[in-house]
Amino acid sequence: MKSRTTEIQVAKQFFTFAEPPHEMALESGEKLGPVTLAYETLGTLNDSRSNAILICHALSGDSHVAGYYSETDRKPGWWDFMIGPGRSIDTDKYFIICSNIIAGCQGSTGPSSLLPSGDRHYNLSFPVVTVADMVRAQAALLDHLGIEKLLCVMGGSMGGMQALEWMVEYPHRVASAIPHATTSRLNAQGIAFHEVGRQAIYADPLWRKGDYLEFGQAPGQGLAVARMLAHITYLSEESMRQKFGRRLRQKERYGYDFSLDFEVESYLRYQGEAFVQRFDANSYLYITKAIDYFDLKRDYGSLEEAFSRVTAQVLVFSFNSDWLFPTYQNQEIVRALKVHRKAVSFVEFNSPYGHDSFLIENPQQEKLVADFIAHVYDQQSRS
Amino acid sequence: MVFKHHFTRPDLNIIFDLIPPQSAVLDLGCGEGSLLHKLIREKQVQGHGVELSDESVFECVAKGVPVVHSDLNEGLDDYPDAAFDYVVLSQTLQQVARPDRILPEMLRVGRTGIISFINFGYWRVRGSLFFRGKMPKSKALPFEWYDTPNIHLSTISDFRRLCSSKGIQIIRQINIVHHKQGRLLPNILPNLFTELAVFVIKSR
Repeated sequence: MKSRTTEIQVAKQFFTFAEPPHEMALESGEKLGPVTLAYETLGTLNDSRSNAILICHALSGDSHVAGYYSETDRKPGWWDFMIGPGRSIDTDKYFIICSNIIAGCQGSTGPSSLLPSGDRHYNLSFPVVTVADMVRAQAALLDHLGIEKLLCVMGGSMGGMQALEWMVEYPHRVASAIPHATTSRLNAQGIAFHEVGRQAIYADPLWRKGDYLEFGQAPGQGLAVARMLAHITYLSEESMRQKFGRRLRQKERYGYDFSLDFEVESYLRYQGEAFVQRFDANSYLYITKAIDYFDLKRDYGSLEEAFSRVTAQVLVFSFNSDWLFPTYQNQEIVRALKVHRKAVSFVEFNSPYGHDSFLIENPQQEKLVADFIAHVYDQQSRS
Repeated sequence: MVFKHHFTRPDLNIIFDLIPPQSAVLDLGCGEGSLLHKLIREKQVQGHGVELSDESVFECVAKGVPVVHSDLNEGLDDYPDAAFDYVVLSQTLQQVARPDRILPEMLRVGRTGIISFINFGYWRVRGSLFFRGKMPKSKALPFEWYDTPNIHLSTISDFRRLCSSKGIQIIRQINIVHHKQGRLLPNILPNLFTELAVFVIKSR
């Protein structure tokens, strides 16, 4: 059904703004500029500019949300099963935008970017950014693209935090929002996992207090351990049991020598190594910090207060096996919106795949999202 | 204004008529959202639903009816006091774990409650038990006793007694028999001659 001939080719594009002296003011009080955002678009913006959908990526995501870069490209974007011609988020109908967050490492300005002077990288001199800063940068990109109002903004996990921030900070710019597998504030357990990941990076001697790019060797071991740990939190006990169980890796009996014994060890090592190939350790530090800091309750006094200005129609969904962003945290969002009788819908899916469920093909999720957006689109087109 | 009625369930037609335009309505156990959908479209109602079945929730979303996938038995704590003009519980009362708790909750979050349920005191139902000695089954009560979700079937008399013990005022009672609003017998002896009843309730 999804033959390559119907696939869309996409290209990474760049938008630079906040050129000095008009730097971007960050939540921390620091300034950043110039700022470049890497972004990709799919579909066509209609004449009334009313069919734009912004997809916000999670911690390890990037702007490559769907489609292929070339005909020989082997892997599509990270949410390809959701986005394409005739798919849930239909590229024949909608204009889809996804940009790499600031502090990222896939083309947007981040700690691995060169300083404006060009002689070295930002490294830890890069200012700490927040989810609100990420969203403000996205708003600048939309201005550049001539999009005043989004048909929908959506994202899972940290992407969901961005969607919430959009709803709250730019109520007039979003007709609908789909935050999913997310929270309005990370719980202590989530912060704890992030801290262990960061400690693994700090502990790698190659990290060199963040200056590794000046020495040409990245702290791969530390970042790989951080990723291995994080990856476990994205799965569930059930999915790991089903996928690996206690199966041994290419051997009949234990090695008794600390070599690779179990399939699950091999899998995690592979995940760690693959991640190091594409991700920057300092970006990992900055992004996990931004997630830890996100707290709408703290910013507004209460979640109810934060949502009092929301005008978007909202759809929230969670997964029953997600223990990192559990259903109750998604329900807190729904509850606070309900207090104001906002138009909010909520679904909890049955899925064994843990937090990563939203990244795994699921016809129910695909239909739910398609139906929700289609309804909002029809409504907007009529009015 | 006269609205065309499309619901196959007669209680839904009556409930639709009872709700004035532009009200804020919470439908508990809203199913696929057909009542809310029609209320939103034709009466510009601000409608919200609560539904346990995920398939039904998907149908609501497809219709554009705001709906929350949750279990009524977990209560309505999420809703502040007097958030809605009307709270509807149509043919759902018999499925909740504690009907005595849901009624006051409905009247906490809403100013007016509308409830419909199958009257277990209807003579045909009684007849089935009396003559055949078996738990009644009908189009409205299609389940076997062992697999029915209807764990709290009641009669009109039972319901009225519960309301009075909870200090709940019955504003209106509409008796339905053979898919029509009952006239003679159902109004004289509703507990015996009414198949399905719709109640409008308020706090005293």
